[in-house]
Amino acid sequence: MTAAVLFQKVSRHFGNVRAVDGVDLSIAEGEFFAMLGPSGSGKTTCLRLMAGFEQPTDGHIEIFGETAEGVPPYRRNVNTVFQDYALFPHLSILDNVAYGLMVKGVGREERRKAAEDALAMVKLPGYGVRKPGQLSGGQRQRVALARALVNRPKVLLLDEPLGALDLKLREQMQEELKSLQKSLGITFVFVTHDQGEALSMADRIAVFNNGKIQQLGTPEDIYKRPQTRFVADFVGSSNVLSSATLAKLGISAGAASLRPEAIQIGTSWAELLTLSGTVVACSFLGAVNRITVDCDGQRIIISAPAAMPVPEQGANITLAFSRNDMHVMEQA
Amino acid sequence: MSAVTHQSILPERSGLARRLSDFLWRHPHVLLLILLGPPVLWLGIIYLGSLLALLLQSFFSIDDFSGLINYEFTLATYKQLLIPANFDIILRTVVMAALVTLASAIIAFPIAYYAARYAKGKWKAIFYLGVMLPLWSSYLVKIYAWKLILAKEGIVTWALTKLHLLWLLDAWLALPVVGGNSLSISYTGTFIVFIYVWMPFMILPIQASLERVPGNLIEASADLGGNPAQTFKYVLFPLALPGIVAGSIFTFSLTLGDYIIPQVIGSSRLFIGQAVYAQQGTAGNIPLAAAFSVVPIVIMGLYLWMAKRMGAFDAL
Amino acid sequence: MRSDRSSTPLSLKIAAGAGLLFLHVPILLIFLYAFTTEEKSYQFPPPGLTLQWFAVTWNRPDVWEALLLSIKVASIATAIALVLGTLCAAAVSQTRFFGREVISLLVILPIALPGIITGIALRSAFSMADIPFSVWTIVLGHATFCVVVVYNNAVARFRRVSGSLIEASMDLGADGFQTFRHVILPNIGTALLAGGMLAFALSFDEVIVTTFTGGQQSTLPIWMLEELIRPRQRPVTNVVAMVVVLVTFLPILAAYYLTREGDQIAGAGK
Ligand SMILES: Nc1ncnc2c1ncn2[C@@H]1O[C@H](COP(=O)(O)OP(=O)(O)OP(=O)(O)O)[C@@H](O)[C@H]1O
Ligand SMILES: [Mg+2]
Repeated sequence: MTAAVLFQKVSRHFGNVRAVDGVDLSIAEGEFFAMLGPSGSGKTTCLRLMAGFEQPTDGHIEIFGETAEGVPPYRRNVNTVFQDYALFPHLSILDNVAYGLMVKGVGREERRKAAEDALAMVKLPGYGVRKPGQLSGGQRQRVALARALVNRPKVLLLDEPLGALDLKLREQMQEELKSLQKSLGITFVFVTHDQGEALSMADRIAVFNNGKIQQLGTPEDIYKRPQTRFVADFVGSSNVLSSATLAKLGISAGAASLRPEAIQIGTSWAELLTLSGTVVACSFLGAVNRITVDCDGQRIIISAPAAMPVPEQGANITLAFSRNDMHVMEQA
Repeated sequence: MSAVTHQSILPERSGLARRLSDFLWRHPHVLLLILLGPPVLWLGIIYLGSLLALLLQSFFSIDDFSGLINYEFTLATYKQLLIPANFDIILRTVVMAALVTLASAIIAFPIAYYAARYAKGKWKAIFYLGVMLPLWSSYLVKIYAWKLILAKEGIVTWALTKLHLLWLLDAWLALPVVGGNSLSISYTGTFIVFIYVWMPFMILPIQASLERVPGNLIEASADLGGNPAQTFKYVLFPLALPGIVAGSIFTFSLTLGDYIIPQVIGSSRLFIGQAVYAQQGTAGNIPLAAAFSVVPIVIMGLYLWMAKRMGAFDAL
Repeated sequence: MRSDRSSTPLSLKIAAGAGLLFLHVPILLIFLYAFTTEEKSYQFPPPGLTLQWFAVTWNRPDVWEALLLSIKVASIATAIALVLGTLCAAAVSQTRFFGREVISLLVILPIALPGIITGIALRSAFSMADIPFSVWTIVLGHATFCVVVVYNNAVARFRRVSGSLIEASMDLGADGFQTFRHVILPNIGTALLAGGMLAFALSFDEVIVTTFTGGQQSTLPIWMLEELIRPRQRPVTNVVAMVVVLVTFLPILAAYYLTREGDQIAGAGK
């Protein structure tokens, strides 16, 4: 099967800034693909390369097997939901949604009907007569979505579409987006710098840093088996064990990651690895307690179920964990 | 739906507009060239071209006997500017422009201050229009209005007669330099009309710079025991200065180059604009006219350079 | 700047009010003089009021000719200024290129320098190039200084049409021309209209440059200037002055209402 979007060694440089630097990726048709990374890591630039607003300095891009370089945005069957929504202020909501069909020459009645259906799909039926200025942020976001989806694009690009919404609305929209994607079967490429959002929504995630992909894999891969220190740090509060700590455990490696919830306190079975240390801090986070332990200069965070007894600050405790929960990383 | 397609990349559409659009998208520099070409050619050739040609002429001279232009590089024409008769014209114009600017600032300040600090909502709009309408209304009509007002039989004489103050006007007109036969043929008249016509250009920049002064700064000064005069001197005036300088660019430049106001309302002594007009017209001495017109350019150049150093352009 | 505490000082009120009166009373006087029965002088108060001068003015072919020439020149100059000013504003605000400051300066120069310099420069260029005076020589000068008014208005509005609107349009399948027609034009339309109105008012009223580029032709301001220097028919001049005031107020008011939300008409535009 041809990939929906294919990047081969794609770079985009702005003068000295390497916004995107030798990226290889292949997004499958129907996939929900997330691009995750800190600010300035090149996510938006990647998206703009797919949409056609930027041209690669180097490398090759294909969309469903067809070369995309030199093809203007208006000839790509790819649509974007912009970070600031970019609704046309002079047009009504209905005309905004129908815009793509209008410029393609679809008749008035037909496009009105299609636009109304699209508005109903994003749960804004009857909002067509309003102007963008009369909608809330969340509503504008839905209009932007409807305006893109009405064109039935082969790929939908979303640039931090939930960035401006409050937490509750955000969670609600995450679910709606996910189920929309499932029912329409359109390939979604979703940019975010919120790891929770990427982990909960995506089929696969690419973690970006400095214009390069650090790791590409399923949410489980990324979460449980970070391959670099950067991914481990960025994706969650994974512990990164130093080579000195690893040596104490009889392992010789540069670094390894260990999830906080994989560590137990006090238990000591033969098959588990153990470390001892001093409790530095405890905090209560509802369902779990977060315990910070110092093991000869190595900080380790433990996430323990709230039902477990909490050790006193300054107490000496033993940490135990399975070798299988630990992932040796390339030094990065 | 007819337009919904399963292609991922739509085929190139034929049609001139679409092909041109594709071409321009691929070559943004051509687009820039198309956008910039006409205005830059127009202004560059027609305006700058003529201006440079004019400047060039100031380095030629006129043959006193034949009255023809002698196309040889010389600074003699500039030297002519320094003979007393011509230098007086320059001095007179610059002094007048400076006085007009000063008086405009004094009259404009309260209006700008009121509009910036006290006028709100509807009144703000009324003030804005109240300044914009006279600013934009016909230059000649404004001058004409003053011709009516300052005429011997006009409203000023009438009002002063009613108030039994006519002797005051007569005393003023009897003064040397500022006086004359009647207001409409005296420096005083020229001065008033200059202020009237150019003062509105002072109000908006001052208002803009005052609007940027936080109100609590003024209250802070009052709280610290500053009396109104001190508050004005140490707080308001320095903050409004960039606006005043920005406004003065207009009042100063426009007064320097005007030749109609002193011709319609004023004594027979010339200003730079009139000199340029007379030299190129009746006298047919284009080089001298060109040299005269370089004077305001140079003065304004210096003025703008100083204004820029004072940060006046942020207030425009 | 807010002042919630102190009430307006009386002296400031008087000074500001007097300043505004100073600006408006002379223009109001024009309206009174249009009705005076006095023909030979500017006598105040008018000995009597009459409507007869309106009829006299109406039947004056020279006034009509001058008026028509002014309208013709202002229309053509405005059209040219609209095209040039919009192109320039689009280039400066939608693309990034080296030397944008120079372009802005070039546009502003014709009004920053005294009009007499523009006038004499154009005149000597015309005579050097052997171009005879015509409507077009007047238009050439007017369009040059009208560009800046359109440019100022358009640049202010272009700044509000964010780049992402244009990208959104292209993303939805509109090519460059469709984007211009359906997105750019509707968004900058009122600003262009306002700029055009102001350019028209500016050209309609221009006299200094016109004296150099008009030759024997007389626009309405030139007609008035002759009357100012050598008054021959005061009552007709009074009526013309009043009409000119009314005619220039309309575009200014219209431009104000068109641009009132957000950006203001650049007062520095004149
Ligand atoms: N048009 C441009 N000109 C110059 N530099 C640019 C341009 N666009 C992006 N960059 C630079 O490229 C780098 C990557 O930018 P990009 O917008 O792709 O980051 P991002 O990952 O989307 O960040 P954010 O999360 O803040 O949106 C940044 O350093 C940015 O400054
Ligand atoms: Mg971004």
